[in-house]
Amino acid sequence: MLTLSRLRRDQKIETMKIKKNIAISDSGFIFNPSTGDSFSVNPIGLEIIKLLKDEKPAAEIKKHILNLYAIDEATVEKDFYDFLKMLEANKLSAETEKAN
Amino acid sequence: MAKLQYERPLIQKLNTGTMNKFGTRTEYRPHTEIDGAKVEALMKEFGSPLFVISEKTIRDKFNDANRAFKTRYPKVQFAWSYKTNYIAAVCNVYHQLGSWSEVVSGFEYNKALKSGVPGNKIIFNGPDKTVEELKLAIENSSLIHIDHLDELYTIIELTNEIKKRPKVAIRVNMDTGIYPMWDRFGFNYENGQAWDAINKIVLTDKMDLVGLHCHIGTFMLAPSAYGVAAAKLSELALAIRKKYGKTIQYLDMGGGFASKNTLKGSFLPGTDTTPPIDDYAEAITTSILNAGFLEEELPTLYLETGRALIDEAGYLLGTVISNKRLSDGRKATIMDFGVNILFTAFWYDHKITPAQEFSHYTENSVMYGPLCMNIDVVRENVTLPPMKKGDHVVVHTVGAYNMTQWMQFISLRPAVVMVDLQGKAHLIRKRETLSNIDASEEMPGYLKEFKL
Repeated sequence: MLTLSRLRRDQKIETMKIKKNIAISDSGFIFNPSTGDSFSVNPIGLEIIKLLKDEKPAAEIKKHILNLYAIDEATVEKDFYDFLKMLEANKLSAETEKAN
Repeated sequence: MAKLQYERPLIQKLNTGTMNKFGTRTEYRPHTEIDGAKVEALMKEFGSPLFVISEKTIRDKFNDANRAFKTRYPKVQFAWSYKTNYIAAVCNVYHQLGSWSEVVSGFEYNKALKSGVPGNKIIFNGPDKTVEELKLAIENSSLIHIDHLDELYTIIELTNEIKKRPKVAIRVNMDTGIYPMWDRFGFNYENGQAWDAINKIVLTDKMDLVGLHCHIGTFMLAPSAYGVAAAKLSELALAIRKKYGKTIQYLDMGGGFASKNTLKGSFLPGTDTTPPIDDYAEAITTSILNAGFLEEELPTLYLETGRALIDEAGYLLGTVISNKRLSDGRKATIMDFGVNILFTAFWYDHKITPAQEFSHYTENSVMYGPLCMNIDVVRENVTLPPMKKGDHVVVHTVGAYNMTQWMQFISLRPAVVMVDLQGKAHLIRKRETLSNIDASEEMPGYLKEFKL
């Protein structure tokens, strides 16, 4: 059961979407109107959030980062999924919107 | 098109109205060189982790302390506290600057002799001096600071076989108004133990009582306590002069001046709370000058300052092994150095800065060492740029006690280099190897072979 739920969770993160109503400024300021929380993201974080908002799949976002930045695939993989988990933990993913 | 510099994606929740529990300091300004030597180049040549000593800082700090005392008092002598950092090259910088040696064991005593320090310029402190070590110290006319009555009686016995009068001082502990009061070293001033020892020394007439010593505490942030200690030692010296007609040649105020490190639990950083060396100098010299000594009988002021002179000259360079997320969502960074080589991480929140350029974005993190031990925490929380595996950091103000209290535990101890005044790095202690450890071990014959 545990394996199955983990598998479902992993699939979910592959197709994770960002909440539609969050406000994103070009300077990296994020505002979630449903909770009133605000966040600051660095430029690469902002880029990922914008791509998620455009509903780009995880594989495409990772490829985009690899093409743009001087970094190896393993690091991108680790950091990208950690970032998605943080978005989820901060209730910025569309899934958490449903849960709310 | 050249690719852009990568930085780990980062999101930080913004909190308004409440104090950030991690404080307001951020250490994202990179520290890329030490006295002209590039941090990256040092790590490439000597490996990671790596201790780096700045010779320039040693000399600057010493000259500053020397100026602070010598402009206020006519007779001052520094003695380098070996236990603070006894790497031979470090000691020799202090000896070149005119410092004698202050040692607290036979091992340190012999180290000083081996470095070429004349025996009569070694101050021998500490509670544990063996008969053989005391004999050597008497023969060499070293200044023996007597810690307890057993040591005093041993010296009296030794004078029957050695035809030389030992030069001694007694270690005096006292109430200087600070808590906790250090009363474990030497003889107490207030309850009369100090007088018991003095009477015994003078009346047996087997040795010369040349000085009085005290060591009132460590990382002392109140210079006024030294003023009290200097006043009490002066009072004792004047009373000895009056009672026995003997002039005490020196007062030794020991060590304990604070460095600019930040003590754990301290609200403000050490750079804001640590008194300047001039404050200690002012408190001590004012007390002695006002005590009532005749000008020609003013005692020499000995100082065994260690930490305040060397701490800021030491850096530890290290590398990020990994980042991980803890169960509560906090970020954790694992470094290739831990409390085994950075012993002072138990006492201080060391300043840690990245060694390469980052953007101004930062995150809070727990910094762990590489040991498979739960106690291996370098910083409970530190605000740093988003570092990745292989990135380098510089830990500041690590020159005192780490290179003597470090442990060969789980991993081997790193190399130490000294950057000279021209920015050139010199290896002053090699990185340990397995053969260093093997060399001291013996294997009983019946245990040499096994089958698995």
